[in-house]
Amino acid sequence: MEALEIARWQFGITTVYHFMMVPLTIGLGLVVAVMQTLWHRTGKVEYLRMTKFWGKLFLINFIMGVATGIVQEFQFGMAWSEYSRFVGDVFGAPLALESLLAFFVESTFLGLWIFGWKQLKPAIHLACLWVAVVGSVFSAYFIIVANSWMQHPVGAEIIDGRPVMTDAWAVFTNNTALVAFPHTLMGALAVAGGFLLGIAWYHLWRRRTDGIDTIGADGKVVPGEAAIPGRDLTDHKVWIRSLRIGAVVAMISFAGTALTGDLQGKLMFEQQPMKMAAAEGACHDGTGFSVLSVGNLGSKNCDEIVALIEVPGILSFLAKGDFTTEVKGVNGLLDQYKADYGTHLPDNPIYGERAGQEIEYVPVMEVTYWGFRMMIGFGGLAALAALIALWVTRKGTVPASRWLMRLAVFGILAPFGANAAGWIFTEMGRQPFVVAPNPDLNGIDQVFMFTAAAVSPGVSAGELLTSLIVLTAVYAALLVVEVKLLVKFIRGGVVSAMPELAHTPADENGDANKGPGTGRPADDVLAFAY
Amino acid sequence: MELLPTIWFIVIAVLWTGYLFLEGFDLGVGMLMKLFARDNTERRVLLNTVGPVWDGNEVWLITAGAATFAAFPLWYASLFSALYLPLLVVLVALIFRAVAFEYRGKGDTDKWRSRWDWAIALGSFFAAFGVGAALALTTTGLPLNANGDREGGAFAWFSGYAVLGGLAVVGFSLLHALAFLALKTDGDVRHRARRWFVRLLPVLLLPLAGWALIIQFLEGKPWTWAAVIVAVIAAAAAWFLARRGSERRAFMAMGAFLLLGSASIFGAVFPVVLPSTLDPAFDLTVANASSSDYTLGLMSVVAAVGLPLVITYQAWTYWVFRRRVSASQIPAAHSFLPAIAVRAFTTKG
Repeated sequence: MEALEIARWQFGITTVYHFMMVPLTIGLGLVVAVMQTLWHRTGKVEYLRMTKFWGKLFLINFIMGVATGIVQEFQFGMAWSEYSRFVGDVFGAPLALESLLAFFVESTFLGLWIFGWKQLKPAIHLACLWVAVVGSVFSAYFIIVANSWMQHPVGAEIIDGRPVMTDAWAVFTNNTALVAFPHTLMGALAVAGGFLLGIAWYHLWRRRTDGIDTIGADGKVVPGEAAIPGRDLTDHKVWIRSLRIGAVVAMISFAGTALTGDLQGKLMFEQQPMKMAAAEGACHDGTGFSVLSVGNLGSKNCDEIVALIEVPGILSFLAKGDFTTEVKGVNGLLDQYKADYGTHLPDNPIYGERAGQEIEYVPVMEVTYWGFRMMIGFGGLAALAALIALWVTRKGTVPASRWLMRLAVFGILAPFGANAAGWIFTEMGRQPFVVAPNPDLNGIDQVFMFTAAAVSPGVSAGELLTSLIVLTAVYAALLVVEVKLLVKFIRGGVVSAMPELAHTPADENGDANKGPGTGRPADDVLAFAY
Repeated sequence: MELLPTIWFIVIAVLWTGYLFLEGFDLGVGMLMKLFARDNTERRVLLNTVGPVWDGNEVWLITAGAATFAAFPLWYASLFSALYLPLLVVLVALIFRAVAFEYRGKGDTDKWRSRWDWAIALGSFFAAFGVGAALALTTTGLPLNANGDREGGAFAWFSGYAVLGGLAVVGFSLLHALAFLALKTDGDVRHRARRWFVRLLPVLLLPLAGWALIIQFLEGKPWTWAAVIVAVIAAAAAWFLARRGSERRAFMAMGAFLLLGSASIFGAVFPVVLPSTLDPAFDLTVANASSSDYTLGLMSVVAAVGLPLVITYQAWTYWVFRRRVSASQIPAAHSFLPAIAVRAFTTKG
């Protein structure tokens, strides 16, 4: 493989991986903040337990997002130095603002939240979590602004061969970003919803299987208690509430992704028509949405693709909001792209061995076609499952079926899959451009960059291969560790996040406060300790 | 002299100095997990001194990187791509270190803890060394061609300066961490840290002093020479203060030493941000590597508001967690009580 391909694989692997952790961090952070707020306002102990338990899982996941996030920032300069030189004037600013205004907030206030359970007044402690969560949402906004500028450059003009920012307002209110941002947030909430639903289902199922909860004559649950720390009546409330919150969040967020996704799709039909035509596997102009296309999508040869099942009018609706406007297919667009951006890469050393090669304007259609459908399919499945889950659990617990429990647990993966598929689709659908041209001819028509020109000219394929192997191996190993820890703490239940539940009053006198002073808990310097 | 690029050069120098001042001690504490702490309780004392703050400290690095990208894209692109493999090491080190902080306490066996202790110690060492090497090389130069790309292969960056810079940041971090532990802990750890500080100061600061002096001989200006001299005085003051038992003042003297040392280095190389060792004509300077005034102006406004804000709430964090940590306060490790795995508990209960 040559340097460019290795660098692309590395960016793809590290980014998709990073974006496993990020949506769970954003979505679960919001949910935990709501739980703690409920505890703060009602004083009900089940909300405290929910905060502690889900908060623990949140932290196990959060740290992985932090650790893999640094790689994202560094690798622009390391592997994509020509890209960094070209776009730095515009693209660097949202990244810098993200660190300065959002990530600092998130990291600092999360540290206060983790360690501040006793040092801070309850209201301030809660506020710290909210500040951290809002920080993570702002962080997402800035990153989406940066990405959206690659999808649809605005607010810049070419000076001395490089885009220079001329209108920051345009960059930060890019219409691409304004629809992608809520779409991403909703996608993150969908992940959190599925996560709550699957895990809470498991615990309710365990309580039934262990004979703690039983079903009464009226078909309603009769919660019980076991002589095990944490497996009491409150525990039942923890899980049924978590399950319902999860299901509702999953359904609302799916509706949100659908609405914002529709807006985004309509924009993309204008801004990157080739991406959308490739998402359809649509070769010729038409109005129909393909439910199933067969043939060799990868061949990039349109004659080999046959739409087996097609719903007339739907494609036009997705693109334009009516059922009759013809949407341009790949064939028609190809001529237009060739006319606008050339048929061959320029004979410039920046393109390395690819200088002068023919430009392939059609993205990898297997990826765009199936990526688009997997995003929608996984998202929709998760929402449907949530709806069914709400109905099935209306009497207060889950069915005794082991298979349904397994389905609920594995269902956690569906929204993750939808997120990954959506991003892979949107990034690979933008190829061969790393900065896609903006079709509005308002002086910005020269701001675009081919991916082939973006890679670091001074970095060898060997170096890139080394980092690809090292990072992939490290990420794979850490994924195993993270999942094992998550499973351990999930199986442990609330008490794994609240060991104090297991302490009898006799213990309290014994070892809990063996420090100096009066032995009151307030004297503990470390309410939370590593 | 161009005003906005100069301001941003100063901002980036401030960000790096802030990073070294803050993460300096948590990198050092990480290394001391293996070098200094005698048992698990002491390791937990060390960890808990930096527990609430280390992540916020690390953001200074991320911000320094992002600000360089935004303000000096050519500096960022040339430096990061030329140092591809060393920065890969830094990344892997930072990944393991971050994960280890969070995961160490979540296992039950000595083997688990020992593995993560090594991850923290080695992660901290390689991160400190790599950052130091990169900073030293951006002051002494890299073999860059006219386009700013590295010539000479994957290891062309390697030089004595890289080693010196790496040792400088490792040494400073270790010493700074000892001063920090003397300030933030109580009991045996506190007193031992102070003794170590007094004994090791001359050795641990030597590489940093060497780097600062070499830069002065190469590029020094009168005021940067003066800064070096005051920095040495600050280091001497730190030594006397620590010996006398004034831990807070010793720590502040360390801060003054870093500030002056960093100012002397960044000040001496200005206006060059990354020299080319192949041809001075290819040097990257604040003028030819910077973003447009529009972008810099926008970011100046944001930084003028944002940076003081960051410093304020981070200072507040340190105030919240201002109390000393001692071994006697470390709670007994909670044996993990899985509600579900241990069903036999039911019969016992």
